Amino acid sequence: MSSPGPYRLKTQARGRPVAFRFDGRPLQGLEGDTVASALLANGFRVVSRSFKYHRPRGIFSAGYEEPNALIQLHSGSRAIPCARATLTPLSPGLEVSSQVGWPSVSFDLLRAIDLVHPVFAAGFYNKAFMWPSWHAYEPIIRKLAGFGRAPTGPDPDRYDERHAYCDVLVVGGGPTGVEVAKAACAKGDRVMLVEQDTSFGGDISPLANLRNVQLLLRTTAFAYCDHDLVALAEAVGGAGVHLPRERLWLVRAASVVLATGALEQPLIFSNNDRPGIMLTSAALKFLRRHAIAPGRKVVIATNNDSAYTAARELHDAGIHVAALVDSRPSPSAALLQEIKDVGIDVHVHSMPIDTKGFSALKQVTVGILSSANGVGTTAQNITCDALLVSGGWSPTLHLFAQAGGKLKYSESTRAFTPVADLPNIQIVGSAAPGIPEPLGERVSPVGNKSRQWVDLRHDVTVSDIELSVRENFSAVEHIKRYTTLGMSVDQGKLGQAPAAEVIARARGLPPAQLGHTTFRPPFMPVTLGTMVGRNVGALYAPTRRTPLHKLQADANAIFEDFGEWQRAAAFTRNGESREQAMAREVKLIRNGVGLYDACPLGKIELIGPDAMAFADRFYINNLTTLKPGRARYGIMLRETGVIFDDGTIVAFDEDRVLLTTTSSGAGRVAAWLEEWRQCEWPSMRVVVAPVTDQWASVALTGQHARTVLKRLRPECDVSNEAFPHLGFRTTQLLGGDARLYRVSFTGELTYEINVPANKGAQLWAALLEEGRSFGIEPYGIDALLNLRMEKGFLHIGTDTDGTTVPDDVGFGKPAASKQNHYIGKRSLTLPENVRPDRLQLVGLASENAVALPVGSHLRLPGSDNATDGWVTSAGLLSTDGRPIAMAMLRAGRSQMNRTVTVHDAGRVVTSARVVMPTFYDLTGARMNA
Amino acid sequence: MLHIPCPHCGLRDETEFTYGGPSHLIRPELTASDREWTHYLYHRENPKGPYRERWLHSYGCGHWFNVLRDTATHEILETYLMGQLAQSSSPVRAIQGSQPAQPVQPPQSSPAREPAG
Repeated sequence: MSSPGPYRLKTQARGRPVAFRFDGRPLQGLEGDTVASALLANGFRVVSRSFKYHRPRGIFSAGYEEPNALIQLHSGSRAIPCARATLTPLSPGLEVSSQVGWPSVSFDLLRAIDLVHPVFAAGFYNKAFMWPSWHAYEPIIRKLAGFGRAPTGPDPDRYDERHAYCDVLVVGGGPTGVEVAKAACAKGDRVMLVEQDTSFGGDISPLANLRNVQLLLRTTAFAYCDHDLVALAEAVGGAGVHLPRERLWLVRAASVVLATGALEQPLIFSNNDRPGIMLTSAALKFLRRHAIAPGRKVVIATNNDSAYTAARELHDAGIHVAALVDSRPSPSAALLQEIKDVGIDVHVHSMPIDTKGFSALKQVTVGILSSANGVGTTAQNITCDALLVSGGWSPTLHLFAQAGGKLKYSESTRAFTPVADLPNIQIVGSAAPGIPEPLGERVSPVGNKSRQWVDLRHDVTVSDIELSVRENFSAVEHIKRYTTLGMSVDQGKLGQAPAAEVIARARGLPPAQLGHTTFRPPFMPVTLGTMVGRNVGALYAPTRRTPLHKLQADANAIFEDFGEWQRAAAFTRNGESREQAMAREVKLIRNGVGLYDACPLGKIELIGPDAMAFADRFYINNLTTLKPGRARYGIMLRETGVIFDDGTIVAFDEDRVLLTTTSSGAGRVAAWLEEWRQCEWPSMRVVVAPVTDQWASVALTGQHARTVLKRLRPECDVSNEAFPHLGFRTTQLLGGDARLYRVSFTGELTYEINVPANKGAQLWAALLEEGRSFGIEPYGIDALLNLRMEKGFLHIGTDTDGTTVPDDVGFGKPAASKQNHYIGKRSLTLPENVRPDRLQLVGLASENAVALPVGSHLRLPGSDNATDGWVTSAGLLSTDGRPIAMAMLRAGRSQMNRTVTVHDAGRVVTSARVVMPTFYDLTGARMNA
Repeated sequence: MLHIPCPHCGLRDETEFTYGGPSHLIRPELTASDREWTHYLYHRENPKGPYRERWLHSYGCGHWFNVLRDTATHEILETYLMGQLAQSSSPVRAIQGSQPAQPVQPPQSSPAREPAG
């Protein structure tokens, strides 16, 4: 027989039963319940254990400020750790579990830690658990903290993002927020009204279905960013629903109204953390919304008027309110009479000073406050199972502070209030400082301070704060970090005002003289998925494919991401491994002819009368002597003299210069050229036109390259005499324009054939066809890098790093001899860049056929330096399979023929002889053929 | 996320732009001393308050321009074209090694250099 729970007021309960499980136990709640209200109704007092001491903890609040009731929801990829039971709506079949406690949350052997709690006082990890090393203890101690279990697989849910613009953003849909939204709407403004709860606190029917109004529930404003951009997290769908799970809103508002309300603060006294102790406003919310009684015998302790309404309401609902305790010496006589009239005992100028109850609250001890900051000798014990505390209200001003607003503790309201306004923010309702109500004491003057909790979530007590001040960590930012006060999941929302008073007392200063810690987003924890949105998996980064992608895929290419491009690393045949494919391709290039997709290579046109003069300012090479029809290899530097990119320069005609760049540098170099043109040399008559995507480029390489190219019948003369190495021709090919570069990265005779991008596939197919009798095959990047390495050709970013200058890699002479000013020139004569012991590019030949690992470190004979350099590129020589490498070695050019030891992961791997960095075709005869 | 007023396109989100460091860096001649040159490369002012900096509208018009922004409050006080000087009268320290810092006056009647592009 279903029952909505022993603490449910049956006469007032409404709604159908909802079945769920807590730690495996089948339970019933009612429609509209949160997990917290359902557990309370079923009499679950202990739902969690405290962070350090594993003390039993119950539900303390009814909202987002909850410090105790953190639970684990679902399992597997949908698992949610640290969900707040007060915010989690109850759904049929929901699996809820506690996160901490062994063997169970209600019987936790680790409570033994509480017996030795002084060992775990604030900062304990700086003093205890040091030998042999903190790391020996850290994993266990972290596990004891009980933060739940992370999801075990990729998030199966979708998250969306929206951008919105409005005239007025009203944060908070309570009564005041709703009124403000209506007023703004009446003026014709575009209004957004957002509320974190599941319903608005006023009648929003005049606002519904209006085009200029956006109403959002279950939406938390969690960050106030620059220029009035506010970030919202909206909970949209549940599991299995065809909607995104959450939605991120980025709202740019012309003005913002903070109707964010105020949070009730607790009272601080010994053993103020027992299950059954709860905020008065929370008990009221559980009563009004869910018809739940907080206990069978309730005591209310307060320092302000608001608790009196609660006392009446609870009493009128049939709940036994045994006593009302007010720390003020003379509360309003009218209020007092109302309470006494219904038979509730009243204790004025009194507050709780201790509680009892091993698993849950059983008794509260009430002391009479004396005027001399102590208590009188008569204390009274009141049996009860629920103690509702009300320590005054603290306006919720986190977003105001995030926006740069300054807050100060106000003696009249005893809460933090704004020092000055911000231009676009208005604070209304209970978030605004109202008429101050004189509050009573909120911190007990007596009792064991190590049992007086200021931060329930992180188990921080008054004695921890006093310890911090004694040890001279007395600034609030230091107290926060030393004690971890306010640093947990709830970010210290409950206890901001009492904590200020405790700190002030410990320091002997008025609280108004203390500052506060910096408020930072997010106001509430935000799911990572919500921040990421759709940018996961295939949408994480754009993928770029060349016009030759499909043809390469058809040839069994292994594709990898190189920069943003999908490029072929190797082409496998007949079950080859990638390494075998590479070896075959290397042989093919050295002995036959091959085909390579060079489309991603950066191409930039400089157009205008000053094109060549402009280009000349960027390269270490003298371009003024470059003739039409010739291509020159160029290196580009940053202003610090460091190598930035390399490529070729071609003088196309008087008004046009063609540049090529590295594939990954195409965008960077174009932006660099444009920046200098716009910012430094705007009077130069030149336009920078990136054309990388406009031209498909195929490298035809190998001793048969000319023969194959001829079969395509290019219009121009491609004989060696007419078109030598490092040349450039425009011609007609396959019925259209073509640009031919005779440059080589492989060290073989090579033509880089450029045709308009939409003819790239046709060119590739034609070359494969015409080269068939020579055994032409495509080759990939693995092979290319090996081929160029044995020629000693630089690979920018592999052989060079953020410190490499031209002389380090053998280009010192051209860089020094160029007369014209170029970017980086002045830096090359700085003392650092002419040090004789700089790392210089060399070749290495392994001495005992052992491969040289890339990145392995080198030691010169007799050296006691930590390192003398490292291997930058490595592979096997194509002719005889010997392991070779390129390396940067200290003063490398003067170390020829010496032997270095090669170190990898702390071990000597082999030794190697220092040689010139060219191993194949030293004269370049094959390129020049 | 800043809301930046591009002089060509109007107010846009910061994600459309690329930051470019301080404005008004004066590139020394080749004859500069090592000290002057390294000042130009590496030494930067870091004031709390109004600061002149360069921004590029990368995902928009593609133009570089200057912004006068308060580094403490992020308030954008002024934007002006590349090649111009700010109208605001607060002094600008020319970033170079040899000359002492001196205020740079805003232009009187001389036309601004032709905006780039």
